[in-house]
Amino acid sequence: MSVPVRKFDAVIVGAGGAGLRAALQLSEAGLKTAVLSKVFPTRSHTVAAQGGVSASLGNSEPDHWHWHMYDTVKGSDWLGDQDAIEFMCREAPNVVVELEHFGMPFDRNADGSIYQRPFGGHMSNFGEKPVRRACAAADRTGHAMLHALYQRNVRANTQFFVEWMALDLVRDEQGNVQGVVAMEMETSEVYVFQAKATLFATGGAGRIFASSTNAFINTGDGLGMAARAGIPLEDMEFWQFHPTGVAGAGVLITEGVRGEGGILRNSAGERFMERYAPNAKDLASRDVVSRAMVTEINEGRGCGPNKDHVLLDITHLDPEVIKSKLPGIREISIKFANVDPIKAPIPVVPTCHYQMGGIPTNYKGEVIVDEKPVTGFYAAGEVACASVHGANRLGTNSLLDLLVFGKSSGNSMIDFIKTAPKDLPVLAMADVERSLARVERLNQQSNGTQVNDARAAMQATMQKHCGVFRFKDMLAEGVAKILEVEKMVKTIEIADKSKTFNTARLEALELENLIEVAKATMISADARTESRGAHVRDDAEDTPERPNGRDDANWLKHTLWHRDGNQLKYKPVTMKPLSVDTIALKTRSY
Amino acid sequence: MTTRTVKFSIYRFDPEKDAKPYMKDYTVELDSTDRKLLDALVKLKVVDDAISFRRSCREGVCGSDAMNINGKNGLACVTDIDTLKQPIQIRPLPGLPVVRDLIVDMTQFFKQYHSIKPYVINDTPAPDRERLQSPEDREELNGLYECILCACCSTSCPSFWWNPDKFVGPAGLLAAYRFIADTRDTATNERLDNLEDPYRLFRCHSIMNCVDVCPKELNPTKAIGKIKDLMVKRIA
Repeated sequence: MSVPVRKFDAVIVGAGGAGLRAALQLSEAGLKTAVLSKVFPTRSHTVAAQGGVSASLGNSEPDHWHWHMYDTVKGSDWLGDQDAIEFMCREAPNVVVELEHFGMPFDRNADGSIYQRPFGGHMSNFGEKPVRRACAAADRTGHAMLHALYQRNVRANTQFFVEWMALDLVRDEQGNVQGVVAMEMETSEVYVFQAKATLFATGGAGRIFASSTNAFINTGDGLGMAARAGIPLEDMEFWQFHPTGVAGAGVLITEGVRGEGGILRNSAGERFMERYAPNAKDLASRDVVSRAMVTEINEGRGCGPNKDHVLLDITHLDPEVIKSKLPGIREISIKFANVDPIKAPIPVVPTCHYQMGGIPTNYKGEVIVDEKPVTGFYAAGEVACASVHGANRLGTNSLLDLLVFGKSSGNSMIDFIKTAPKDLPVLAMADVERSLARVERLNQQSNGTQVNDARAAMQATMQKHCGVFRFKDMLAEGVAKILEVEKMVKTIEIADKSKTFNTARLEALELENLIEVAKATMISADARTESRGAHVRDDAEDTPERPNGRDDANWLKHTLWHRDGNQLKYKPVTMKPLSVDTIALKTRSY
Repeated sequence: MTTRTVKFSIYRFDPEKDAKPYMKDYTVELDSTDRKLLDALVKLKVVDDAISFRRSCREGVCGSDAMNINGKNGLACVTDIDTLKQPIQIRPLPGLPVVRDLIVDMTQFFKQYHSIKPYVINDTPAPDRERLQSPEDREELNGLYECILCACCSTSCPSFWWNPDKFVGPAGLLAAYRFIADTRDTATNERLDNLEDPYRLFRCHSIMNCVDVCPKELNPTKAIGKIKDLMVKRIA
């Protein structure tokens, strides 16, 4: 079968923060770069980030990248790789200042410097007390950042392919990556984008869960494509449940609300976080706060007629502060919770928010399999696992991740492209044909499963069996159930066969990606018989040798799920930073 | 869970099989948790998977699901179903070519946005740290930078309908003023030159449809007025 081929130096899949930051490096270096995105770039999910991007600028009080590094390692429950974490925290001030130079409309202090607010888990002097490290543009930091990055790419003449969906990765017989197969959404035409270097910056996959802060587009496309191409997925059992999603709606309420002084209260009006985290209180790490909230609800201290949520209270704040620093939150509360937070507290509940795991990379953005880079393949942002977030990500470290690793992967790609042969190699057709067959199967399928039925079954299974608290029996049952759902996905069918902007077909192709993520998550979670960060299970007991159920003797290691046979392998955590001493293991408390 | 029945009339057009567009009636059962128009459209798509529309964040910040709702442009994800008169009439944004159903071709809209050079221009060497900006100067950007490029405004503007290739439109002009107003931008004169034309700026006749429909409650007309003031001052 013949497929049109378009040739580039680099192809980037995804135009959120990481993809745009990488594209800027490549465009400014004069390389022929294609950026593919399912949506117009400013509609990417980075747009929904609210609270801030962390950097130890120290604009309001003393701060240091080493403290930031310590907090990130501790936040990760020691599962983060310390070389990557050092790299990220040291680079943070540079990339944030650079972003300001690109035109990012940060809020300002009286002296004209970038405004910074406190955020969960970010402390001064190696865990002493909360520090102002989150650089913010009101509570619309992601929106401001995504637009600034897009605008800078307009200036750099980056070539965008808007509303193109990448379908599959193309590897040759040696496993080298040659590009992607992609579909133009408006026409359903399929092309190969061949390039010397390919970057996945496709974001997260929160849509595997029924309740998520994530956009509809967050369907784990990069993860699905990587898994089908034989790339393992790392640490997929670790999903962050954000403490404050609007109850019932799932829409995010930034931790910046607590950074500005917001307080979580139970049905008795009690500030319950004082019991769970006496030092950091409401600004403890996200996994800690989410578990505290679920515990309150499970013990009957939830609010509302069904006692199924808690309240986020900012009624004690100056209304002017709410209007100037949290205008977007006020808008969301009024629209989605029918509550003006100046007058009444916001009903909130922990909601799936972020995947800590992803495609295994190093801090240069190179994809690493069997301790070696996969030639021509890079990943950055939420789809990647560098691993800087380990078992639990700190708020504001995701926007930082996009900037630091978007840039570093762009630089790695430039170095690689400069040394690669001038002419592209002969295109290997096996993966291309596999991809075409996937589309063709969908066009031909009849008497199969409805896309919505299979997706709903997956989301309900993930929500019930793999949530904030996990249970041994439920996980085992969850594995069996999700493998049943996989069978459903194999026969999904669509009624709409039109070639013109067929969103039914796109949703079906997305579901084929989501199911890979769901399997990776459930199977990895079932196997990890300890509690660490966001992964907490009932059979991992809190003992002196295993504080909080964390079992460093057996589980201080990264999971690698392989699609082929659902095999699990493991690799060690990098405990050695680049220049400073290892941040030694200790019991995590806030 | 309490349910209710809601009636819709939706614009349908698939160029592959339809000679011309038509309105199709739908009735959908909604749960009490289905509050927004987008919730209903997602439910409808389960029944008829051919209904085509864009959507992403479902919280009014990505700008994907702009459409014409009972005659007024808005975002489906932040529009309450129960405030709408039934049958709820849903059409694509007016004035742009329809690709299919509620999906319009936004090329012209983005072309105008790009035409105003939507990025900070400052050729002075950047300092090692951030460029300083006072909180007061930063405040000038409020009401400008929050635009989500949904196109509700430009596609409600008669001047844009008539001259989408010549008139920048409210969204593009709001962006133009966002950069003029930024103390870090040094290209005000160049930006005003770029708009000095019978159409690009001056086709705005202050009809204010843009203000009426903006889902982010921004005021493009005010921003356009400020650009016009700067033009006049420059001549004086």
